[in-house]
Amino acid sequence: MPTITIDDRKIDAKAGQTIIQAALENGMDVPHFCWHPSLSVAGNCRMCLVDVGMPKMNPDRTPALDDNGNPVIMFMPKLQIACATQVSEGMVVRLGHPKVETAQNAVMEFLLVNHPLDCPICDEAGQCKLQEYGYKHSNGASRFDETKNHKDKRVSLGPNVLFDGERCISCSRCIRYAKEEAEQPVLSFVQRGDHVTIETFPGTQFDSPYSMNVIEICPVGALTSPDFRFKARVWDMSFNETICTGCSRGCNTQAGVRNNEILRLEPNTNMDVNQYWMCDHGRLTQYDFVNQNRVTKPLVRSNGTLAETDWNDAIQKATELLKGVNGSEIAVLGSSRATNEDNYALARLAKEVLKTPNVDFFRFENASFGDAKLRKSDMSPNSIGADAVGVKPSAGGVSAKDLAAKISSGAIKALYVLDDDIAALSPELASALDKLKVLIVHAHNHTATAKKAHVVFASATYAELEGTYTNFQNRVQHVEPFIVTTENERKMGMKMSRLDKFGAHNDRWTQGERRNCRQSWRVITSLAKGLGANADAWRYRASEDVFEELADKISFFSGLDYALLDERKGVVSGEAEKEFAPAFEYESHTLKPN
Amino acid sequence: MANINTNTRAQKMTFWEKIYLPEIAKGLSLTFKQIFEPKITRSYPEERFEPTGSYRGRPVLVLEEEGERCVACGLCSRVCPALAIEVQAGETLTRDKERYPEKFEINMLRCIFCGFCEEVCPEEAIVMSKDYEMVYQNREDAILGKDKLLVPVAQLQDRLEYLRTHQYYEPKAA
Repeated sequence: MPTITIDDRKIDAKAGQTIIQAALENGMDVPHFCWHPSLSVAGNCRMCLVDVGMPKMNPDRTPALDDNGNPVIMFMPKLQIACATQVSEGMVVRLGHPKVETAQNAVMEFLLVNHPLDCPICDEAGQCKLQEYGYKHSNGASRFDETKNHKDKRVSLGPNVLFDGERCISCSRCIRYAKEEAEQPVLSFVQRGDHVTIETFPGTQFDSPYSMNVIEICPVGALTSPDFRFKARVWDMSFNETICTGCSRGCNTQAGVRNNEILRLEPNTNMDVNQYWMCDHGRLTQYDFVNQNRVTKPLVRSNGTLAETDWNDAIQKATELLKGVNGSEIAVLGSSRATNEDNYALARLAKEVLKTPNVDFFRFENASFGDAKLRKSDMSPNSIGADAVGVKPSAGGVSAKDLAAKISSGAIKALYVLDDDIAALSPELASALDKLKVLIVHAHNHTATAKKAHVVFASATYAELEGTYTNFQNRVQHVEPFIVTTENERKMGMKMSRLDKFGAHNDRWTQGERRNCRQSWRVITSLAKGLGANADAWRYRASEDVFEELADKISFFSGLDYALLDERKGVVSGEAEKEFAPAFEYESHTLKPN
Repeated sequence: MANINTNTRAQKMTFWEKIYLPEIAKGLSLTFKQIFEPKITRSYPEERFEPTGSYRGRPVLVLEEEGERCVACGLCSRVCPALAIEVQAGETLTRDKERYPEKFEINMLRCIFCGFCEEVCPEEAIVMSKDYEMVYQNREDAILGKDKLLVPVAQLQDRLEYLRTHQYYEPKAA
């Protein structure tokens, strides 16, 4: 454990660490562009230059002391890059020395020689490392009077990545990412000097399933997403921590929201789940179903067509329909895409109120989706949780596999479906649904299943509910709502973008849809009471009440509560008692709260 | 007693000043003189006021031959203290500029004519016009879209000239 001194602060660094790691872990900022903790060290941006000194040694290898008895420090004649200089015992580092500041200013001036002044039209503006350092580490003056270099703009490096050569500062983060993390080494520098630019090798394109992560790690706006390009300025969005529901990895993400609409998803650092990355599939597919084609109100079928109605009416109608069927003729389907809370409430409804053994859920396995990196072949966020809370057939119950056959044979007359579009799973199941006497569905979107239903409950998506998901590591992760519905409208602590916060009801930019959808456990609770269950046993007022009961009754969740999940960014089942020390988490650059 | 000021202005006045009459006559003479001076009021709307380039009227977008100057950067929307401006950018593939405003709306009920939008605009694309007649029959009409905001550059020469000669921000000498 070498002890080093950074700006008069003694630090116990780890052997083999570089100066930048030691400084960042101890809360000191070293400006840098090209260094990233999970990539190899390139040392080419020269932004992290620091003044490094070592104690002077006597011929007998004892430290030389000055008149006051302090060790004499010999500073190196040239500044060193903090990202490639390893710490050693007695090292003294000066981050704020005037020599360092002069060097940082010179590097900034050099980088800005050919960088276009197009921040107003750049998607990165507001969360740009170059822009930030332009304020912090540059005096803003340029001695460059000549014409800036012009390079290709809007070059497609792959289906999901666009490259703007002029904005590139040649830090090589994307090249190293493609090679080391995405394992698709197709990017390379071409040309030399100030003509240097980045290209894909001829005949290849950067189409890795993880290609879009280069957009975040790019310190400037040289790499942009064709999916998001120009949709919104970053300061007009609120950024909300959530998780991706695309597969059972449950990557931590940040959703950019404006006018009650998700505009983009980005990875959020969680070293235990997804590190700094997420896959393109999650990024591109996990917001459309929240924004579009939503069931905005409960629907009830009358005279053959589904008509919008209010909650009381829909619940009453569902109660009547369920009362007309024997318990053993009802099948209840939970969802591996719904939260632990919703599945738990549903399992209770099935076993305690409907008294049916036919409880199960469909799994969404896709072996071609999974890989050795982040993507898992189980393409639902909560199949482990649904299993753990007891969504499985009791003795003699009908399983999901046999469901289509049992409906066709008439053994099952009523079906209760949570969230999933089961009609899309197989044509047999889709045609079997038509034979049902009662089909009650919780649905986000107007799916094929919802269209066949007798009662449709407008269901909240992961963006609109509070709850927990259990990923493939048995890690329980807590999500909070960030899209406003009539149910969560007054929830404390919801983030709002500037426009939403200050908009009045008659401003056009606050007219985003407020849907009348509810979390499934709330609907199930009302339904249970309607079916004559003991109201004392169904006394849930918030998701937290459901989770408390869950943690109390099911050993898988024992010891967990929302505060603990938030503090540790998710807890693995059975590790609630384990010692926890918050680790340093690196954020390359993100929007600074104003 | 030391705090009472006995040396007041009234005590120092002369007899003629104390009776006020000469001062009243002086004042009235000025009043009657105005009857024969040229009038400075005008019979609006028959006679209209033509402001100079320094006037901050309704903000408008500059329209050039190849289209609007605006690149939809949204800085006007960000700086607007009254949140009157809403911009939605779109991507152009044909023009030299990458972005254009798909939607640009100014809510004239919110606008306070401060001119910050004009000051912050990197393209000199939004300027304060000389238009001061803004009457709307309902709230919806007061939200002006691109169709009502775009004004040909030729009509805005006075203001553009004024902006160039009266820079808010003086660039530092190299």
